[in-house]
Amino acid sequence: KPDNTAFKQQRLPAWQPILTAGTVLPAFFVIGLIFIPIGIGIFVTSNNIREYESNVFMYYGLSNFYQNHRRYVKSRDDSQLNGDNSSLLNPSKECEPYRTNEDKPIAPCGAIANSMFNDTLELYRIDNDTRTPITLIKKGIAWWTDKNVKFRNPTGDGNNLTALFQGTTKPVNWPKPVYMLDSELDNNGFINEDFIVWMRTAALPTFRKLYRLIERKNNLQPTLQAGKYSLEITYNYPVYSFDGRKRMILSTISWMGGKNPFLGIAYITVGSICFFLGVVLLIIHHKYGNRNTSADIPN
Amino acid sequence: MADPIRWARYRWQRLISTEGREVSSSSNSSSKRYQSSKTASKHRIVIPCLGHFKEEYEKVSKLYMNNKIRTTKYTLLNFIPRNLFEQFHRVANLYFLFLVVLNWVPLVEAFQKEITMLPLVVVLTIIAVKDGLEDYSKYKLDKQINNLLTKVYSRKEKKYIDECWKNVSVGDFIRLSRNEIIPADMVLLYSSDLDGICYIETASLDGETNLKQRQVVRGYSEQVSEIDPEKFSSRIECESPNNDLSRFRGFVEHSNKDRVGLSKENLLLRGCTVRNTEAVVGIVVYAGHETKAMLNNSGPHYKRSKLERKVNSDILWCVLLLILMCLTGAVGHGIWLSRYSEIPFFNIPGPDGKLIPPALAGFNMFWTMIILLQVLIPISLYVSIEIVKLGQIYLIQNDIDFYHEKTDSTIQCRSLNIAEDLGQIQYIFSDKTGTLTENKMVFRRCSIAGQEYCHEENAKRLESYQEMDSEDEDSADAQYASLNHMSKRRGHNCRAVNESLKKKSLDQLSGSYPVAGRENSASDVPHAGHVAFSSRIETDVVPDTQLLEKFSQISSHSYQQSEDAVSKLSLETTYIIDFFLALAICNTVVVSVPNQPRQKMRHSSLGRMPIKSLEEIRQMFQRLSVRRLSSSPLPSIKESSSESPNSFVSKLSIFKMKLASPALDGAAQRAAEPHNPDSPENPQLSEELDMVNVAAGSEHHSAGSSVKGSSPLSKLCYEAESPDEAALVHAARAYKCVLQSRTPDQVTVDFTGLGSLTFQLLHILPFDSVRKRMSVVVRHPVSNKVVVYTKGADSVMMDLLGTASEVGTKNSEMEQKKIKERTQKHLDDYARRGLRTLCIAKKVMSNEEYTEWLNHHFLAETSIDNREELLLESAIRLETKLTLLGATGIEDRLQDGVPDTIQALRKAGIKIWMLTGDKRETAVNIAYACKLLEPDDKIFTLKSQSRDVCALVMNKILEGIQKNTSAKKTKSQKLGNVSASPTTQAPAFSAEKCRAVVCCQATPLQKSVLVRLVRNKLKAMTLAIGDGANDVSMIQVADTGVGILGQEGMQAVMASDFAISQFRHLRKLLLVHGHWCYTRLTNMVLYFFYKNVAYVNLLFWYQFFCGFSGTSMTDYWILILFNLLFTSVPPIVYGVLDKDVSAEILMQIPQLYVMSQKSVAYLPSTFWITLLDAFYQSLVCFFVPYFTYYGSDIDIFSFGNPINTAALFIILLHLLIECKSVTWIHAVVIVGSILFYFVFTLAFGATCKTHNPPSNPYWIMERHMTDPVFYLVCLLTTCVALLPRYLLRVLQGTLFPSPVMRAKHLDKLIPEEQREAIKRWKDDCVVNCRMEFQVTSGSSSSATGAVSEEESIASVLPTSKTPLQFCSRGGLVEEVSLSDIQDESGNTNSLSSERTVFLNLSKETNSDSYGSSNCCAKVSQRTSEEGKSAISLAGLNTEQV
Repeated sequence: KPDNTAFKQQRLPAWQPILTAGTVLPAFFVIGLIFIPIGIGIFVTSNNIREYESNVFMYYGLSNFYQNHRRYVKSRDDSQLNGDNSSLLNPSKECEPYRTNEDKPIAPCGAIANSMFNDTLELYRIDNDTRTPITLIKKGIAWWTDKNVKFRNPTGDGNNLTALFQGTTKPVNWPKPVYMLDSELDNNGFINEDFIVWMRTAALPTFRKLYRLIERKNNLQPTLQAGKYSLEITYNYPVYSFDGRKRMILSTISWMGGKNPFLGIAYITVGSICFFLGVVLLIIHHKYGNRNTSADIPN
Repeated sequence: MADPIRWARYRWQRLISTEGREVSSSSNSSSKRYQSSKTASKHRIVIPCLGHFKEEYEKVSKLYMNNKIRTTKYTLLNFIPRNLFEQFHRVANLYFLFLVVLNWVPLVEAFQKEITMLPLVVVLTIIAVKDGLEDYSKYKLDKQINNLLTKVYSRKEKKYIDECWKNVSVGDFIRLSRNEIIPADMVLLYSSDLDGICYIETASLDGETNLKQRQVVRGYSEQVSEIDPEKFSSRIECESPNNDLSRFRGFVEHSNKDRVGLSKENLLLRGCTVRNTEAVVGIVVYAGHETKAMLNNSGPHYKRSKLERKVNSDILWCVLLLILMCLTGAVGHGIWLSRYSEIPFFNIPGPDGKLIPPALAGFNMFWTMIILLQVLIPISLYVSIEIVKLGQIYLIQNDIDFYHEKTDSTIQCRSLNIAEDLGQIQYIFSDKTGTLTENKMVFRRCSIAGQEYCHEENAKRLESYQEMDSEDEDSADAQYASLNHMSKRRGHNCRAVNESLKKKSLDQLSGSYPVAGRENSASDVPHAGHVAFSSRIETDVVPDTQLLEKFSQISSHSYQQSEDAVSKLSLETTYIIDFFLALAICNTVVVSVPNQPRQKMRHSSLGRMPIKSLEEIRQMFQRLSVRRLSSSPLPSIKESSSESPNSFVSKLSIFKMKLASPALDGAAQRAAEPHNPDSPENPQLSEELDMVNVAAGSEHHSAGSSVKGSSPLSKLCYEAESPDEAALVHAARAYKCVLQSRTPDQVTVDFTGLGSLTFQLLHILPFDSVRKRMSVVVRHPVSNKVVVYTKGADSVMMDLLGTASEVGTKNSEMEQKKIKERTQKHLDDYARRGLRTLCIAKKVMSNEEYTEWLNHHFLAETSIDNREELLLESAIRLETKLTLLGATGIEDRLQDGVPDTIQALRKAGIKIWMLTGDKRETAVNIAYACKLLEPDDKIFTLKSQSRDVCALVMNKILEGIQKNTSAKKTKSQKLGNVSASPTTQAPAFSAEKCRAVVCCQATPLQKSVLVRLVRNKLKAMTLAIGDGANDVSMIQVADTGVGILGQEGMQAVMASDFAISQFRHLRKLLLVHGHWCYTRLTNMVLYFFYKNVAYVNLLFWYQFFCGFSGTSMTDYWILILFNLLFTSVPPIVYGVLDKDVSAEILMQIPQLYVMSQKSVAYLPSTFWITLLDAFYQSLVCFFVPYFTYYGSDIDIFSFGNPINTAALFIILLHLLIECKSVTWIHAVVIVGSILFYFVFTLAFGATCKTHNPPSNPYWIMERHMTDPVFYLVCLLTTCVALLPRYLLRVLQGTLFPSPVMRAKHLDKLIPEEQREAIKRWKDDCVVNCRMEFQVTSGSSSSATGAVSEEESIASVLPTSKTPLQFCSRGGLVEEVSLSDIQDESGNTNSLSSERTVFLNLSKETNSDSYGSSNCCAKVSQRTSEEGKSAISLAGLNTEQV
């Protein structure tokens, strides 16, 4: 004899939502009432982002650069970048054909590293024909976890990167080897932040990457005062072949990142639509709602 | 299951063929004829491994399988390869294997090689584990069976020793005792029974628990002592193993070249149980997998549900979609590549420093895309469907409403994969007896010699019985519960064997096996009662007072005197005597006594027997004493003259001996104790008995009171093959014409006033469906004449009556005619009352006539070729010139709740056909009783033997329908009672328009033909329900077969997909579980499609932004696990537990069934709407994050993370929208899935630094969790994506609520309101229907509208004398039919209520089953036109209240 339990007899207490205009009305109004303020908040925040206040972030942008190509994305060896000595000398096969050059393993191997952006940007403020260079901070632009966990220089005796990278060769397109990316030890080799930023492959073909930080000196002045500035670019990186464009972006960021009005507008729109639908449903409910409560509508 | 057998057969055939023999297909045995030793190579030779046969034995026996069985598919060694091999037979698995292989091609590799294998490995492992467990349980069972012990003769030890079953081989001698199970098919060589008989119970083979008789091979039965295997020097030759249980051919060749034929009567089948016989010895002829039981064991049958077929076709659409998307990718990639003149940084050149040409790259990309987007073809769907179905079946099996107290049985789901078909049934084909009715045959009326006896008292008893009945049965249940549940399940054979083993051991535990059980079996218990059909309602018959009076006259007269001068005794009295003798004799009932169960009562010729039991002595004594005392000396002399004088003397001597035995006295006293003093015994008789009392102690008390039916001795158990027989025997007993014993050669009847009569049983011509009657040929002990008693259907019997009876005078001829007329009138009356009718007739043969017939009969019996036909002819020759004695009417009460159930099912839009073997009147009456027909329905009858004529008649009927309806324009319903030979298409036409169809006198084959016809021609979903062996073929043919655990054994149940105990359970099974299963599974399947398409499309959209390079923005692991883990459980829970409307509402508003019946939830448009929604949702899910992060510095996997997370929310919340009821299980599973996702991704993000190139989503989730934008994106995406569907559902629910929605509202009401609302609902439907009727009849004024209104019954009357295949046809026939029709239609114009088109035709043969008759074609065309309108209005038909 079967057990007479609620589960076996399919009599479990259940919430049985019935979706009719009457029952869902509040939901639509609530969504509308929540979304519209959120949207306005986001929109305002996004519009308040100014280029000259607080810390200014300096980006370079590339368009039409498919950093998300499947084989490009794969063409790296995270173990090598993590300082694994054996991977350093014997990089992953994924790096082909940028794995070895002249029988020497490439460090860092792979197409991503090989195609690293290597223009240099310098910003000057022009004050009465005098060019004052703006201090561009090159540390702190990469993810903390990348810089400290994911990317590491090979380990060995001493801190001499040249010795540590012994037996490897530079990527084909690079002018100089990886251990000469920077003069400072904690920003050289694999933990060079420009390199790390580049290695975080962009999701979309039009992207920007953080290049430098401009720190605010004091609270009285904006970081970048109004005036004339000049940007000096050392042109190393060809983009013509793929019809690419380069950009330089200066921006401050808020709690929700850079300036992008989309999210705010979307929230406001959706909120409004919900509110409107709520009104429509109210009308429908008023007109037809009574039919539902009884069963006397013919088929 | 089927496989090992096929394999075994194959191996067997190969073995034979290697020996240079012809391979004989054992299954195709019917075409094979037995031939003599010329073709002996086709047969097997069985010889014992003894003596001089040894060499030959070794040669021969290695060809035969031994008795070890292995039903498992796998062994430890071959499990993995074989299981994989089997699994890759599935297309879906092959597809995924193909993907895995594809991913190993470096050029197209999309994922890491290992990851792609994961889903496949998981699926394969799950199924392999399932298969393995199943196989292991089979293995254990096999082992258990193989290790059972039996007594096998050992040559070394010269005695029978215990041996495992598996060690038994062909040629072994086996000795079995009572209640032991037969280990292999063997030829019976010795039985401790004096007549060389052995009883077996074949319950495990066919579920029939009545005893079957088997005989010792001729020539061996005379041996007094047990056969000595050492001396057995014969060889047995028999046919090759085959699966025909009802046939066995072979012969024994003695050393002197004498041959003795073997038949199935000599064969003991594996798995059966020896009953009632102390010991038997047999020689094994087939062992192990070659036994008939194993060959018959075809294993579970797989049906594919309609839904599954639809799912498969939709999966093909998915494949098409996949190919389209991949093509897009391929072309896109080619175009993208061709834009670049030089190699850009981000494109990696080949080894030679060059890029592959765009076209080739595009081609490669196609395959990469297939790997990437593979999830579009939902591999998880197949596994999920399986799991969901298991869950649904589990819930069905646990439904307490299916539990039947009386039989302690609940529903059995024997087929696991067609539960959802229950929700789509359009036609139900129901057997009548035992399905709609209880199959408890109650003797109601009889007519003897034209005089009717109403049995009013019995009717009254039956009325008052109702309450008593249930109480009694309840009390008996307790005792039976334990026994009964054992016999419930008889899946395949070995299980059955196993169970009967259990049963046996249980019996042994309970002490004297049957004492506990059988004593009560005479009183009650329907289920155990299928042994004896002996519920009290059946066994107790209150005699008719009028008839009883006449009986008392017989008693006071001496029968013997009347025998001397027949004319003196009124003719009527002889009729009555003969009538009841026929009831008692003309059957195959086995008699046993409860407290010594299954021990047959016997009165053998005493000369050659030792005294076996107390009963025998008592009976013999009683016989002698009663006869001596109650009759004049003359009869005893006369009677004894039929026996040898020797035996008479010995009888007397035993009599004396018995008197001397003190032990017997005690026993007799014990027997006499319960003697009931107020038994209505004949005073005279009891006086006489008192005298005997003095002589033989109280012995005869039992004899006397046995008539009454309350003393222990009288509790004879009658084990009949059909309940009708039992009912008749019990009826006879009520009139004190008690069947006392039955042996193969004699029957003893205890007749009040006449004493015990022992008839020498000459022949039994068993019942068959062609003759529709059975006969016994006996030698009357008094007149010493050969008498034939025949009983059968009146349709055949009436034609066999001889006008010139043996009495021969004109007077009696007149009398006969009168009797015939009156009896016919009574019969018609019985049929109208829904009683089952039987005619009883007799024939007295002179010795010469008999000898002549006997000669012919012997020829028939001994012939080898077409023995069956000859025997049939012989029987027909005998059954002529009968004298009608009377008729009986047996009532078979409707089961509880049948009318309600049928009404509900009809309201649910299901058309119900009743297929029965009964005659038309009975069938129609039952149909009315169970509300299959309504009083104002119009009946059309179609009866003919030919297809062409049928078509014509159909034509006429249809025209008639049109005329009538257009003229009347009333809402009175018409019933076309179309009866046709089922091979015609006519029933199919009518089916569309008829609400109910009754087919009568249908044979099992015809039943299945009809079902197949409807299934194929109308493409309808059919359900067949039945309880007996005659329904098996129908059950197998139908889409869904339902068996009823009834009184007629387990065959129907074993063939069925679902087995229920009561017809009324069908209501809940279909209306509730069918509806639920269907909607649940449908919704789940649609959800799966949605889920996969929505998720995969996210990847697809991304391709537009990565140069169609096949990049995935989500980590591969998460991608794979998303389907496998994060979103797999909720849909399964949804598929098992979702409940759109409560069971109560579904039961009360059957109209809701139409929703699932018409696949409203899964129309083709639904599929596409679902896909459209999936596309929309994926678009939203991709592009909201896209625009949010456009132009930012986001990296690939950080971009994918919010998309993936939002997708998870969307997919799970979508499910919540679709859920009709959310229980805590749903909540737990959904919340659990979300939590699991976050835990997993967080853990993955925290640990995966370098181990999972290229993504290594280190710290991505962690960063996002602290980023408000992530939450804002997810929230917005989820809301926007779900908004349309939510809105759609809301509008649907508000503006166009489906009946299901409305029913759901009812759930929320308080009970009173609910009741009110349901009532209103029904009223509405009626009003609504009427409205629409007016519309249709107004608009069309022609036939179409009217036809749809029409409802009809078709009663299929196949030819009574010819089997189904012989249909008639011809020019002459057509003429006849036309004129007939005209006549009839002329009549029917005047007759308004019932219109009968009646055609009787000469028979001719028609070999082509689907001939090309013009009129037939015309009809089909016309009806198909009308069929459309009928279909479109089908919903209306169903809702008339």
